[in-house]
Amino acid sequence: MKVKSTTARIGDWVFVVICVIVGLACLLPMLNLLAKSLSSSEYLVRNDVYFLPKGWNFQAYAQVFKNSKYVRAFFWTVFLTVVCTLFSLLMTTLCAYPLIFERLKGRSVINVYITITMFFNAGTIPNYILMKDLKLLDNPLVLIIPSCLSIYNMIIMRSFFYGIPDSLRESAEIDGANFFQILYKIYVPLSKPVIATLALFYAVGRWNGYGDALMYMKEEKFYPLQLYLFNIMNNTSKMEVATQEGFSSPGLGAAMKAAVVMFSTIPILCIYPWLQRFFIQGVTLGAVKE
Amino acid sequence: MAEVTNQEKNQTKQSAFSVYLKRYWQLYVLLALPLIYLLVFKYVPMLYVQIAFKNYKIGKSVWSAAWAKNYGFQYFIKAFKDRDFINALFNTLTLNLKDLIFGFPAPIIFALILNELPFKGFKKVIQTVAYMPHFLSWVIIGSLSLQLFAQDSGMVNMFLKSIGLDAVPFIAESRHWVRTYIGWGIWQSFGWNSIVYLAAIAGISPDLYEAAAMDGAGRFAKMWHITLPSLKPTIVVLLIMNLGYIMGGGMERPMALYNKLVMDKAEVISTYVYTVGIKGSQFSLTTAIGLFQSVVGVILILSANWISRKLGERGIW
Repeated sequence: MKVKSTTARIGDWVFVVICVIVGLACLLPMLNLLAKSLSSSEYLVRNDVYFLPKGWNFQAYAQVFKNSKYVRAFFWTVFLTVVCTLFSLLMTTLCAYPLIFERLKGRSVINVYITITMFFNAGTIPNYILMKDLKLLDNPLVLIIPSCLSIYNMIIMRSFFYGIPDSLRESAEIDGANFFQILYKIYVPLSKPVIATLALFYAVGRWNGYGDALMYMKEEKFYPLQLYLFNIMNNTSKMEVATQEGFSSPGLGAAMKAAVVMFSTIPILCIYPWLQRFFIQGVTLGAVKE
Repeated sequence: MAEVTNQEKNQTKQSAFSVYLKRYWQLYVLLALPLIYLLVFKYVPMLYVQIAFKNYKIGKSVWSAAWAKNYGFQYFIKAFKDRDFINALFNTLTLNLKDLIFGFPAPIIFALILNELPFKGFKKVIQTVAYMPHFLSWVIIGSLSLQLFAQDSGMVNMFLKSIGLDAVPFIAESRHWVRTYIGWGIWQSFGWNSIVYLAAIAGISPDLYEAAAMDGAGRFAKMWHITLPSLKPTIVVLLIMNLGYIMGGGMERPMALYNKLVMDKAEVISTYVYTVGIKGSQFSLTTAIGLFQSVVGVILILSANWISRKLGERGIW
């Protein structure tokens, strides 16, 4: 093996140090939040909490779990995320699979029809009026249906399908399998990596999104978690509610805000590192055209 | 005779088609749901764009509304006479342009740095950590921003005060707020966006580096003459896509990060349309604004693609 020169080794360490700084820059804001959520109010009032909790205190979390509105929003969002993800995966598969058959008549027309929707967006207001006309405003379905198919994700899945050898499909066709059977006996089992990737993309999108709920949903019981948080952070929700539930008392309020944010982030932070291999593949597939 | 053959031809054509359908109808059944979805949720709103040219009142039908004055362009004229809209338009362009200038190179530089790391395990850890911000919602980033940068209670300002410096109005004063906004954008996306570049770097043949090393190329020479040129196609494609979005942008990021004190620089088209349109019920005006935004977006992306093809790079389609 090559022996590295001293300058090269010093160079290596310079890059290591840069990366450590970058890594800390990513982590420290979250650490600060975690420390705040676990600190007692006397230190929080003095703004004296940095990266380690001072005066260990789980009261904020206890308060959050006791808050029935928050717990409700949390489980509602879990449910919503699961339903959205499953439905979106179904729609994405239904769209991507037929398009890999070159003999499909009208394929190029359908491709144009799909591509146009990627580049031209009618805008916020026409969409809003459509939701109104479809009686979807304040309807929980508005958080599921309008965003159930991302063309970008469909292209990722289609690229993956293209990578599956045609011979598999052709031999199944000769054996008399129909297209439904080919889909769920060959393509779906072989596509687990891309399905995992897109499940992550859709789930994170639903879990983190609040813009659609802000526009289309006035019914508070259907608020997804992020909109609920948005209202707490902006104190735009009914002030008296916030006061009752302890969010606006000076010390505990800060800890509780930190705790709700922490708690609504933890599910995703626990999942994403295990799916790293998959989403890297997904992003890479999305970057190659066709 | 000729008639007969024609008829026969038609028959064989027809039967060929029915044979085709007999085999392929299933694919159309599968496609039906997605295509109907696109029709209803993407194409019907395109028809609703006519609101921009009409005096639309909520609750009435889009089709029966009367045409607006000035050959239907009343609301476009109104928009461009509206100082708040012009301001929002200007802010949209400035913020997106700054995002592009400062945010676009960040993942490239990060990928180049990662590529130089000597330890595989350490590299993986840093990658995982750098992807984390992408998974946080803007609401959460907004609350982090408040925790860190609030004028009188934010951690950074507390630290500055404790070492005897003045507090900086990171989120309370417009010019500083813009920097904070751009900074959070970079923070959230640099790791995630580096994935594409890392994949492209992984595809570079090691022979190239070995040959360069033989010729005495150092670390930076290799970066400059091998890695960067290999990334060029990816960079061009992503740059085009980003140029196309320079008029766009959602409302989740600005809404989670802005506050009353910085609205002069923080109000963008998406938030303006939300406030004036949905909350203020000025539907025709804001549809006109949205249409203007979409049309400019399409023109931008088509021309960026055209230019890149002229320059000999592959376009995005």
